[in-house]
Amino acid sequence: MPRSRTRIRLAAALVVAALVLAACAGDDDPTGGTSGAGSPAGITVFAAASLTAAFNELGQRFTAANGTKVTFNYAGSQALGNQIRQAAPADVFASADVPNMEKVEDLVGRPQVFASNLLQIVVEKGNPKGIERLADLAGGDLKVVLAAEEVPAGKYARQVLDRAGVSVQPVSLEDNVKAVLTKVSLGEADAGIVYVTDVSAGGDRIEGVDIPTEANVVATYPIATVKAGGNQRQAQAFVNLVLSDRGQRVLGQHGFLPPPTS
Amino acid sequence: MTGAAVRRRPGPSRHAGGGPRPVRSRVPAWFVVPAALAVGFLAVPLLGLLGRTPWGRLGAELATPRVLEALRLSLVCSLGAVAVSVLVGVPLAFLLARVEFPGRSLVRALTTLPMVLPPVVGGVALLLAFGRRGLVGQWLDRAFGITLPFTTAGAILAEAFVAMPFLVVTTEAGLRAMDRRFEDAAATLGAGRWTTLRRVTLPLIAPSLGAGIALCWARALGEFGATITFAGNLPGVTQTMPLAVYLALETDVQAAIALSLVLLAISLAVLVVLRDRFLPSA
Repeated sequence: MPRSRTRIRLAAALVVAALVLAACAGDDDPTGGTSGAGSPAGITVFAAASLTAAFNELGQRFTAANGTKVTFNYAGSQALGNQIRQAAPADVFASADVPNMEKVEDLVGRPQVFASNLLQIVVEKGNPKGIERLADLAGGDLKVVLAAEEVPAGKYARQVLDRAGVSVQPVSLEDNVKAVLTKVSLGEADAGIVYVTDVSAGGDRIEGVDIPTEANVVATYPIATVKAGGNQRQAQAFVNLVLSDRGQRVLGQHGFLPPPTS
Repeated sequence: MTGAAVRRRPGPSRHAGGGPRPVRSRVPAWFVVPAALAVGFLAVPLLGLLGRTPWGRLGAELATPRVLEALRLSLVCSLGAVAVSVLVGVPLAFLLARVEFPGRSLVRALTTLPMVLPPVVGGVALLLAFGRRGLVGQWLDRAFGITLPFTTAGAILAEAFVAMPFLVVTTEAGLRAMDRRFEDAAATLGAGRWTTLRRVTLPLIAPSLGAGIALCWARALGEFGATITFAGNLPGVTQTMPLAVYLALETDVQAAIALSLVLLAISLAVLVVLRDRFLPSA
C-alpha cells in the first residue's frame, strides 16, 4: 500500500513538472520572437553542410566583434530550404546552390552569391585504388558513394559524371556531402565526389583527385536573410560579414573560390 | 523460505489461470486528466499528418516502383531484424533472468545501451565494429569476402542492433514475473529442461514474448539513423521506408506525408493484430 501511494505521488510530481515545463515553453516563445534589434539575443544561421568549417570560424569572429551569439544549423541545402518553408526559426540562409535558394525566394531577402566551389574526387590517403580520372570510378568492384540527387553536391556530381560520359553505380546515396566524406575516411567506400573544400577540411585520412576544369561544375553559394527571422539587423550584419573582404578571406582560407564573375 | 518467496509474487500468478479475467482495480479519478493529456499528446501529431495527407494523390503516390521497393525492403529488413533478435535475444533474456553469473548487471546494462544511444552514434559504432576496416569487419572481409555496409544484410544488422533490446528487456521481465512453481511441477513430473521450456515456460511468457516481438519489430520498422549511417541509402538495397520518407521530405513534403501514412497504417495494423493475439485481456 505505501508503495502504491509513493507511485501516485511520483505521478503527481511528474504531471506538475510537465505543466510547469509547458508553461515555461509558452512564456518563452513570444519573448524570443519580439526581442528587439540591438539586444544580444543571438541569430540562427542555416548553412549548407559544406560551409561548416568556414562558417564556424566566421561565427566566432562575428560573436567576438559584436557580442551576438550565432547558432548554426548545418545540413544539406535541400533540407534547410524545406525547414525554412516549414517556418523553422532561421535568421540567415546560406545555400550550396541557387535552385534551393529560389525555392524559398518568397521567404527571404535578396540573395547574394558569396562564394563558389569546385568538385573533387575524394579517395583514401595514398589512393590505394589508383584512381586518376572520373572514368576510373566506373570500375566494377569499386565502392563509390555519392550524395543523393536531392542534395546540391549530389546534383553537381551527377552533372560532372554526365559531362564526362561516365556511368557510375554508387553503393549509397548519402543525404549530405559530409556523410560521403565520412564513408570514405572510415574506409568503407573507395571513392566519392565532394567539394574541394570538403577534402581540405576532411582530415588526414583522405586525399583529393582533381577533376579537370573543363569537366568540372562550379557550385555557387547564395546567402540571404530570412524575412520571418526575429533579429533582422544582426542577420544583415552577419550577411555583410560574409560578403566583406574579411569574410571572403576566411572563406578563401577554407578553399572556397570567390563568386563567379559573369 | 520458499513460502515467503511465493507470497511475494501474488500478482503475476493470476496469469497462470490462462483465460482473461477482469481485474477490478481502483484508479484515482483524477488520473483521467493526465491520461487524456497523454492521449492528446500522442494523437495530435497523427491528426496533423492526416490533415495534410493528399488523399487524392495517395493511390498514385503509393503505386510508384520506388515506394513499393522501399516498402518491400522495410518488411524484409524489419522481419529479418526480428528473426535475428529472437534467435540470440531470447536465449540472452533467459540467461539474464535465470542464471547468476559474474558481470550480469554489466551485461544487462550493455543490452539496453542501444535504447539510449542516439541511433546515428550506433551506426558509427557499427561501422567501427562491422565495417570493412572494423574490429570484426576486417576479419570478415579477409576470411570470407563479406562486407556488410551498403548491403541489405547490413540494414538488417543495423535494425537488429537498435531493436533487439526491446525484445530482451520485455522477455526478461516476463520470465522474472512468471510463477516458477509450474516449472517445478513439470520437473517433478519428469519433464526434461527442453520439454519444460517448450510446454510450460514459453506458453506462460507468451504475452511478454509477443509484446517484445511486436515492440522489436515496430522499432526495427521505424529505424532510420543507424541504418543510413551503417548501411547507407540505395533504393532497392538499403533504402527502407523511413529513409525514403526522409529524402522525400527534403523535396516533396506531400509525397513524404503519403509515405509516412503507409508506414503508420502498416505498423498500426500489425500492432493491433499482435496485441489481440498475444494480449487478449488488453
